[in-house]
Amino acid sequence: MAAGSGSIDALGQFQLHPTLGFIGSSVNFTQSNLMMVVAGLLVLALLWLGMRPRAMVPGRLQAAAELSYDFVLSMCVDQIGPEGRKFFPFVFTLFFFILFGNLLGVFPYFFTFTSHIVVTLALTLVVFFLSTGVAIRIHGLHFLSYFVPQGVPKALIPLLFVIEVISYLSRIISLSVRLFANMMAGHVMLEVFGAFTIMLGGLGLLGYMSAGLTLGLNTLLIGFELLVATLQAYVFAVLTCIYLHDAVHLH
Amino acid sequence: MNQDQSGPGPSFEERLKAARSRQGLDAPPKPALGNQGELGGSLWSIGLRVGIELVAALAVAVAIGYGLDRIFHTTPILTVVFVPLGGAAGILNLWRMFAPKD
Repeated sequence: MAAGSGSIDALGQFQLHPTLGFIGSSVNFTQSNLMMVVAGLLVLALLWLGMRPRAMVPGRLQAAAELSYDFVLSMCVDQIGPEGRKFFPFVFTLFFFILFGNLLGVFPYFFTFTSHIVVTLALTLVVFFLSTGVAIRIHGLHFLSYFVPQGVPKALIPLLFVIEVISYLSRIISLSVRLFANMMAGHVMLEVFGAFTIMLGGLGLLGYMSAGLTLGLNTLLIGFELLVATLQAYVFAVLTCIYLHDAVHLH
Repeated sequence: MNQDQSGPGPSFEERLKAARSRQGLDAPPKPALGNQGELGGSLWSIGLRVGIELVAALAVAVAIGYGLDRIFHTTPILTVVFVPLGGAAGILNLWRMFAPKD
């Protein structure tokens, strides 16, 4: 992982390796998959262990579970409208899967599965096809009117239709690339400054001082990474809600 | 007993509010951030979003144009047609992002 040999291998951390020994390598179960399972289990554990006491006055874990439920529910209802309750389970799953995936990546020896575009693209495609399916199911062929803005002269409609369709399709790329790029950039920066620390540490007294500087910077970056992890999970969930709003209400 | 409801002084709510603001417990009302405040984030993240939206629309348009060219064997024409449309779609994405909500 760390580059000790004088060169910075910033992208090596994103390589996949089979885990779980023989069984893992025979079905190609990588550390990314393992982290997905861990993230899913942690979300389940938060909800199950948190809600087990069923206390009237919640303890810490129960308060966390209730707050997370409430947070996502209000986000759904605010963004989508009263119909948002139907999509609450989906948005909740998506938000907490991404949030735990992002946050797990901050720990040493763990892996950020959201730093692979394959994962974020798959999640985005689920959102995209779900929102398109919802729109078609609710509005039928009337759904196509989404691509025609109101109050447009007839002559411009074909041109604007094409532009709107491109804009609609570009959601797939923008949503997936945003999450992937943020997570990957953060981890590359961590790796680069970590490598600086090791390389400068080998230079003697002056090196120790500058190595301390990069180590301090890395500490700040970890905090920044926590912010980015939470924010990007939130942005992903909010944009999912906005797309579902468009699907339910058209415009 | 009832003085907090109909007392001569300021009501309980007002006194509580004054006490809270004295202690700095009530956050001052935030200035409206407009549309970009809704997703939070600094200038950096706004810049990143702008870049991603523009490039994403262009990439989709180029992919569509190139794909249609391959199908109809009209190689440069449709790509050339779709690139400005993709740029326009990118601007449309930005407009959606920053347009004032009415």
